[in-house]
Amino acid sequence: MEWSWAFDWAREFYRETGINLTFVYDSFDRDRLARGFMNTVYLSLICLVLSVLIGIAGAWLQGSKLVWTRRIVQGYIQFFRNTPPLVQLYFFFFAVGSLMPTYENRFGMQEPMLDNFTWAVISLSFFAGAFNVEIFRSGIEAVPTSTVEAAESLGYNRLQTYRYIVLPLAFRVCLPALNNNLVNLVKTTTLAYAIAVPEMLYMANQIWSDSVNVPETMTFLLFAYVFLVGLLVWAMHSWERAMRLPGYGR
Amino acid sequence: MAWTPDQPIVSCKEVHKAFGAVEVLKGVSLDVAKGETICVIGPSGSGKSTLLRCINALVPINSGSITVEGQEVHDPKLDKLALRRKVGMVFQQYNLFPHKSALQNVMMAPVTVLKQDKAEVEQRAYRLLKKVRLEGKEQAYPGELSGGQQQRVAIARALAMNPDVMLFDEVTAALDPETVKEVLLTIRELAEEGMTCLLVTHEMGFAREIADMIYFTDRGVIVESGPPKDFFASAKDPRTKEFLSQIL
Repeated sequence: MEWSWAFDWAREFYRETGINLTFVYDSFDRDRLARGFMNTVYLSLICLVLSVLIGIAGAWLQGSKLVWTRRIVQGYIQFFRNTPPLVQLYFFFFAVGSLMPTYENRFGMQEPMLDNFTWAVISLSFFAGAFNVEIFRSGIEAVPTSTVEAAESLGYNRLQTYRYIVLPLAFRVCLPALNNNLVNLVKTTTLAYAIAVPEMLYMANQIWSDSVNVPETMTFLLFAYVFLVGLLVWAMHSWERAMRLPGYGR
Repeated sequence: MAWTPDQPIVSCKEVHKAFGAVEVLKGVSLDVAKGETICVIGPSGSGKSTLLRCINALVPINSGSITVEGQEVHDPKLDKLALRRKVGMVFQQYNLFPHKSALQNVMMAPVTVLKQDKAEVEQRAYRLLKKVRLEGKEQAYPGELSGGQQQRVAIARALAMNPDVMLFDEVTAALDPETVKEVLLTIRELAEEGMTCLLVTHEMGFAREIADMIYFTDRGVIVESGPPKDFFASAKDPRTKEFLSQIL
């Protein structure tokens, strides 16, 4: 095993300094933390994609001619923006979840239709999606009406105008704001801890409860988030650069 | 009643249009025959641009009738795509799509809206850009082109839909005098090839040269009209005279 030197080093490090990196040398802790890390990555990615889709759809519906469609979207935004995400998570998992039908699993037990991971995905996606609707709306409003008229005069219908002209331009305008919100979303996935989704914070908590190495694991946790969010920011910035309009600005 | 080429290709009858309480068009009537070039001139705010936008159904009218090739434009059952295939429009601010190259700007609508074959559209786009003297600028983005070049891309983009009528809405108003020439040259070539052109313009010299008919609008009505020779030489209405004296 080519990693054994690292495990030996961590054990030696513990003996020398008392700093106990169980999640390096202990295979059980290592697996737990790796699983937590991957769950955080999955949860973040799924919520990222869903929240962006919700944002696009919501911004589209906000431009509807039907007053009730606009009101419903507005209500959704107000609800999710004006309530704490932890309360939302509890609301979905405990309140809505308890009203959902159950099914019988292979052990003859009643199991809820949606597990806690799914509820975390739903709750966090709608939470970040509410902000994304507003972010996309601001981008869409920044697209000049004259550009939209040009598309109309070329025979584009509303959906085609939205897809080929408005969205690509709006995206460029709102990328910095979107970037911020997605960074927040990745950090907010830690709230899923509260409904026992085995993401990174939850797993780290289990490790430090068993091995009593709170400072070590917490330090690792912080660096892991710095790394994850850094990766996202780097990707978003590359995207921003790639999408820059030639001939405009710097 | 089918439309035949000997009937007016664009026909406006008693068109009224108000934005809120402001009446912009107060009963405008004009006919354009196929292949004709007409220029609409007049002071700012006289409703010239609004008239063009009504013909293209970009804004609805309050009363009256506008037909293009016999088709009522403000019929709620109108197939807008069918109308917009027939009518091309060029704007004062070019309104190109800044995220697409010149070539893509020309190709986009035929490919996405008309679902035409991409290779065939691409050939046509190259041909059109050559026609407006932008050979070699196909891959440039709007932000990298001058105003006059952008405006010619906009003309090529409208032509890519193979329209029967072209509307030009003060297309040289935002350009510097040098580049105005190249754009006017392109429009003249189009008119000479027999394209039906409706121009709203402040270029009196150009209007005199190119137009078959000149319409002078003021405060939402057509005050006076006639072939350019008569119009510029012997305008009768005092408002026309005053306007012409200010700019000629």
